[in-house]
Amino acid sequence: MSLLGTLARMEAVRDGRAVPLATVRHRHLADRPMVLVPLAAAGEAGAPLAVMLGQDRESPVLLSLPQPLDRDRRFALLADLAAELLPWLEGYGDQVELLTKEVKDPATGEKTEQVRELCTDAPQLLVPGPAAVEFLGLLGRSTRFRRTAEDPDPGPYPAPARVPLLGRWLTQLRDRAQVPGSSLLLAMTDLLGRHWATGQSRLEDQHLGALLGWIAPPAGLTGAEAALRAETARDDRGQLLCPPAGPTTDPRFDSGLLAPAITRYDAARQLGDAVAAQAREADIAALLETVLRPTWERMWQGVDLLRALPAAAHLPERWEGDRWSYTSHRDRIAAGEPPQPVRDDAVTAARKLAQREREQTRLDIQEALDDPLAMAEHRLSGEAMAGVVVEVEPAYDTTGRTPKPRPLVTLRTDDRPHGDAGRELYRAGGPAAQKAELVSADPASGLVTVRLLNGMGRKKEPEPGSVPEPGEQVCFTLFELTARQSAPLPEPEDTPWTHGGPPAARAGTVPADPVEGA
Amino acid sequence: MNNVTPGPPGLTPSPLERRLAGLRGDAPQRSLDARALAALAANPGCGRRAVLDAAGVDKADLATRLGNPAPFGQSPFAISRGLGFERKVKADGCTVLLDLLRKELRLPEDSAPVEFAELVGDPKLPAGRVASARAALAAAAARPGVWTVLDQPLLRLEVAGSAAHLEPDLVVVRPDGRWTVVEIKSFPILDGGADAAKVGAAARQAAVYVLALRETAAELAGVEPSRDPYQEPGGLAGSPDSTALLVCPKDFGNQPAAAAVDVRKPMAVTRRQLDRLTGVEQLLDPLPPDAGFGQDRSDGQLTAAVGALAAVYSPDCLSACELGFHCRAEARCAGSVETLGRGVRGELGSFATIDRALAAAAAPPQGAAAPGQDDGDAESALRLSRAAALRAEALGGAALGGDR
Repeated sequence: MSLLGTLARMEAVRDGRAVPLATVRHRHLADRPMVLVPLAAAGEAGAPLAVMLGQDRESPVLLSLPQPLDRDRRFALLADLAAELLPWLEGYGDQVELLTKEVKDPATGEKTEQVRELCTDAPQLLVPGPAAVEFLGLLGRSTRFRRTAEDPDPGPYPAPARVPLLGRWLTQLRDRAQVPGSSLLLAMTDLLGRHWATGQSRLEDQHLGALLGWIAPPAGLTGAEAALRAETARDDRGQLLCPPAGPTTDPRFDSGLLAPAITRYDAARQLGDAVAAQAREADIAALLETVLRPTWERMWQGVDLLRALPAAAHLPERWEGDRWSYTSHRDRIAAGEPPQPVRDDAVTAARKLAQREREQTRLDIQEALDDPLAMAEHRLSGEAMAGVVVEVEPAYDTTGRTPKPRPLVTLRTDDRPHGDAGRELYRAGGPAAQKAELVSADPASGLVTVRLLNGMGRKKEPEPGSVPEPGEQVCFTLFELTARQSAPLPEPEDTPWTHGGPPAARAGTVPADPVEGA
Repeated sequence: MNNVTPGPPGLTPSPLERRLAGLRGDAPQRSLDARALAALAANPGCGRRAVLDAAGVDKADLATRLGNPAPFGQSPFAISRGLGFERKVKADGCTVLLDLLRKELRLPEDSAPVEFAELVGDPKLPAGRVASARAALAAAAARPGVWTVLDQPLLRLEVAGSAAHLEPDLVVVRPDGRWTVVEIKSFPILDGGADAAKVGAAARQAAVYVLALRETAAELAGVEPSRDPYQEPGGLAGSPDSTALLVCPKDFGNQPAAAAVDVRKPMAVTRRQLDRLTGVEQLLDPLPPDAGFGQDRSDGQLTAAVGALAAVYSPDCLSACELGFHCRAEARCAGSVETLGRGVRGELGSFATIDRALAAAAAPPQGAAAPGQDDGDAESALRLSRAAALRAEALGGAALGGDR
């Protein structure tokens, strides 16, 4: 955590409620996001217990299992989930815009135009926390290799037809969620934690109820009291007033309410009493709804809080990256490609890593440009400076045939840029990209002089507006304002032997026994 | 047999052991379980936990009586699945398990007979259980060329001058005479990998078992136990293998898969931390002689006794220590900056409380060091007030410091 973040947390302690950590919203928020709250069955990896989902706050869909160990029912639940999610996921694939790109044929050097489709919008899925993101990844991993009755060799336990496809989408969403700044699949605690600082630690912020307790404490309570109540308060049956946001349930819920209800259901089934079993099943669904509802309401409360923030300027640019990600996955499925492998080959892994690093850099830069509070982090660390121009002195570079404008700009600032004279600077928030160099910095008087190096046109006198005027607020950074492209990586087929050579046929990477233990 | 003061029969308890037993009162001694070990690793500097663990006080019960019950618990579904898996691993005379052991430890194929050691299982007789496990190990050592499986033997380890009891899932004596600790866990090995945090916890647990086995082996061989986990003594004393076998369900099913885990590093870490616990006598000094944590104490006495022991709270404690919520409440009352995160203290220099740090942030930045402040203070104060100014500027001057 940075010093500014710590300071904000201390202010939150003093004020008894969360304080802003951003002046704008740094993540894309869809008009109608899909909210999904999963619950997992304890003890087994990737075993669903219930899911509450929907795009409409008033009418969530509840899918639940009366007996989480029953694998037929589990696949029925996943089939229901696929029926809910797939039409929504695939629906965004219909609206496309056509983009043309000039590509150079590597062999002939001839330029040809290539037309690519880009979906105009993409789905956005919101879950309570990072654990839910991981859980969706596990669901994806456990279902995407399943064989269905439609396969030529369905095996002993075929899965419902659309379940493996759902697994591929979930895998894709979870994979994309690893990319910094991406917004296809977002965790609410991360979202809120990016925009508000609470008076507790980041670890405790993982509790959605406690986090919201700090951000919007109920009347008469401080943030700390509201958070503590969310964490520990129990009703007279010993159940938490604020059930965990999942995917794991409270062990005391499991032992006190869920286990007896499941026992009753099993007993009714053993007696062959279909009516009673159905009633018991409805009981379990109602029980699960009581622990899902509070989280569902909190998810939407979080959406409301985030919507109240103005959107950052770079959101459409980053959302376009998400749209590309969505479009390419749509194309891979349409092309009949096999599911994502368990392990990426060397080149794909390197590409993903390079992409995540690049996106992290880009995100840091864009957040700093969009949000003075994010820029303040860089100013505090000496990576940027902002101030008011006090003097502009025309100066020229006369080494060439014609003199070029190289004006000296002096600004008053308390910032102390960490750089020697001659250090390259980049102007943030200017009319266009502009480079400068540090000439002198005098911390005692608070004056910093820089020399503008470009972006002033080709004439002897700078283009109007390209040089800041005295009295104008300006900001320079010591870091570049665009993320650098990494060196190109080879195609997977050209993987060098040092990295294991070209991967084996993709079908071979699917484990031979993905249905083991069924 | 005496289960209040466990230890080798015939040995009178040391004054320290008596003192620790007195702290515990009439409650039975708690053994060092997985959570205690995890807490040990997560926060070795905490004196409060060190004393309570050394005395074997039931911290979960203590937390409840202090009004901040520990939020830990295990779902009955997780328990039953864990037990089911354990049964599956041990089924058919451990055939599956021994196959996994041969495969993961790269042992040659053999047709040695498999024997199951007869162990005292009565939980009320810890000393008898320890002795029977010891005898079984000695018997197995005297008879090489046979697989001997010890199912949940009770081991003894000296911790802070008193005996801690440990119960590994399985200890297998191999035909080549080496002893391997087997840990059965219910988290999955997914695509050949498992949750690093859980594997780490399992490795720490196994490391303590190997340490205890080494002490037993050294005792049987009649030599001093080796303090260095990286150095394996020869002969019988070197029989405990420092590679443990971790058995988990494979992928999403219930089939066992295993991995060999080298626990020498966690052994070294745990050894060092256990040795530090022997300084528990000094930690006891601030405690009034009549203090105690027994059932007979009133809430006020308990709070005072716990409060007399200095805690080192960090938010990680919440997931590792039963007293986490109590220590957090205490730290919040004191306004300590550690409640905000582990690294915060380092960032704020000498400002230990939130009030002081905020006061420094609100002070005008150009102010010279106040009397009584050292340079480090002045530097942190300067950075804080600079940060506050930047934050106020970014938020439009509205948020902070109406007095500026």
